[in-house]
Amino acid sequence: MPAVIQNASRAARPPAAVSVEQVTATYREDGRVLTALAGISLTLAPGEFVAVIGPSGSGKSTLLDLISGLVEPDAGEIRLGGTALPASARLGRCAYMHQRDLLLPWRTVVENAAIGLEVLGVARREAIEKAAARLRDVGLEGFANAYPAQLSGGMRQRVAFLRTILPGLPVLLLDEPFGALDALTRAELQEWLLELWERERQAVLLVTHDVDEAILLADRVLVFSPRPGRIADEARIELPRPRRRAIVTDPAFVAYKAAILADLEGVR
Amino acid sequence: MTFLRRWAPPLLLITLVLAVWEVAVRAASVPAWLLPPPSAVGRTLVEERGLLLSNAAVTLSEVVLGFALALALGLALALLIDASPALDRAIYPLVVASQTVPVPAIAPLLLIWFGYGLLPKVLVTALVGFFPIVVSAVDGLRSADRETLSLLRAFGASRPQLFRKVRWPSALPSVFSGARIAIAVCVIGAVFGEFVGSKAGLGYLMTRAIAQFRTDRVIAAIVLLSLMGIGLFALVGAVERFALPWRRYTLDGVSGETRRR
Ligand SMILES: Nc1ncnc2c1ncn2[C@@H]1O[C@H](COP(=O)(O)OP(=O)(O)OP(=O)(O)O)[C@@H](O)[C@H]1O
Ligand SMILES: [Mg+2]
Repeated sequence: MPAVIQNASRAARPPAAVSVEQVTATYREDGRVLTALAGISLTLAPGEFVAVIGPSGSGKSTLLDLISGLVEPDAGEIRLGGTALPASARLGRCAYMHQRDLLLPWRTVVENAAIGLEVLGVARREAIEKAAARLRDVGLEGFANAYPAQLSGGMRQRVAFLRTILPGLPVLLLDEPFGALDALTRAELQEWLLELWERERQAVLLVTHDVDEAILLADRVLVFSPRPGRIADEARIELPRPRRRAIVTDPAFVAYKAAILADLEGVR
Repeated sequence: MTFLRRWAPPLLLITLVLAVWEVAVRAASVPAWLLPPPSAVGRTLVEERGLLLSNAAVTLSEVVLGFALALALGLALALLIDASPALDRAIYPLVVASQTVPVPAIAPLLLIWFGYGLLPKVLVTALVGFFPIVVSAVDGLRSADRETLSLLRAFGASRPQLFRKVRWPSALPSVFSGARIAIAVCVIGAVFGEFVGSKAGLGYLMTRAIAQFRTDRVIAAIVLLSLMGIGLFALVGAVERFALPWRRYTLDGVSGETRRR
């Protein structure tokens, strides 16, 4: 494509929050080379919510590691806000959250929630004040000075969530954030994530094993093939927003679910 | 009730041992220089408390100074070992080798170099005390959760930030375990330093008492050394509980992620 036309089309639309172009990632382990992702491309528009679903070991976590800057691809390019950046320059630009809460046991709830801000250069006291001011949003008022070991799994994951969103980064990378929770707590946190995202509109890349979760939350669902991971299929979810949990029984929702489950069956 | 539950078993056991000892020694008419009954040791503890306590103070100061030196040296070496694989390979073997040097061989040398004063005892004490601190601190620094480290790296944390905010705090419980072992062996180290050549201290008192067949005084000195060891061990434990208040919740009753996994 001629460079002029490419530039013109860029100027017309705001640049993608994240764009992954022809990226290949391999791991080397005792002489063997393992290809986790083979020439994958995807874009995440500003404020777009994309879910990734796929078999275990298909490179979903690797994709998030690549975008965050923890890993450098073997081939291809990753752009954040339209600029191609090397791994070291991508660090600190996306908020990352894992399935494990990864709270520091010696830090209290507010101190844990504040650590992302601290690491990004906000003074400790100020970071803690900001965290304390938003405890209410995650339903943890009154627990500011509790230690993680004093909290339930769901409460801990909410602290981890506050830590993720507090710095106000434009991209959220969520790796099965509710995967370890019981169904009730998971449903509660999904609703809560929906409300928050509808207000703040970050670009979100959510990895999940839960088809309902993907359809309920996302604008688009990407289905990965088994390793080496490629995007086998993509479903645009045209359900109206704001969405609420009750939508899961809607015929349109059920149709999406049937299609995606069939896709997953197909890639096995 | 809880007080009784906690202290009744050790007190009962000690009382039982002392009673058996007392009765056996009297029944068999064992001469006092061979093994005095506990009542005689108790009398010595009371009657010679001035002599015993002034010597205990000397030993205590050696232990405390030697431990402080061991802690400073041990942590400094642990940081160096942790800093780079090359330093690890260079320093760790020497640290281990230092523990194979027999104290009875090195102590007389220290005596020749530094005389009969406090310094050679402090050095022997530090020599035996720094080892558990180095090993536990290095292990502690390496035990930091890798996933947590990479999460914070994704948020842009620098190496010094990762050290201050994750690796050092993760290492502290292990460092305190090392410190508790160290304080106990430091007591032995100080007494050993005194055995070789000294003018004061419980070790000095014991060598003199052995020469005079004052077995009661030897045992009285051992009792004081044990109390010193227990007291210092408890003190390190108290500092740990104060410095790491969160450990209460991960160690007992309440479940934490650390326990669940
Ligand atoms: N640090 C690593 N070293 C070597 N191989 C790795 C490493 N991390 C991941 N892999 C391999 O790369 C492949 C993709 O792993 P990845 O964690 O990205 O999968 P995933 O899609 O997130 O799986 P899951 O759904 O189980 O979380 C797997 O085969 C895994 O064994
Ligand atoms: Mg994964």
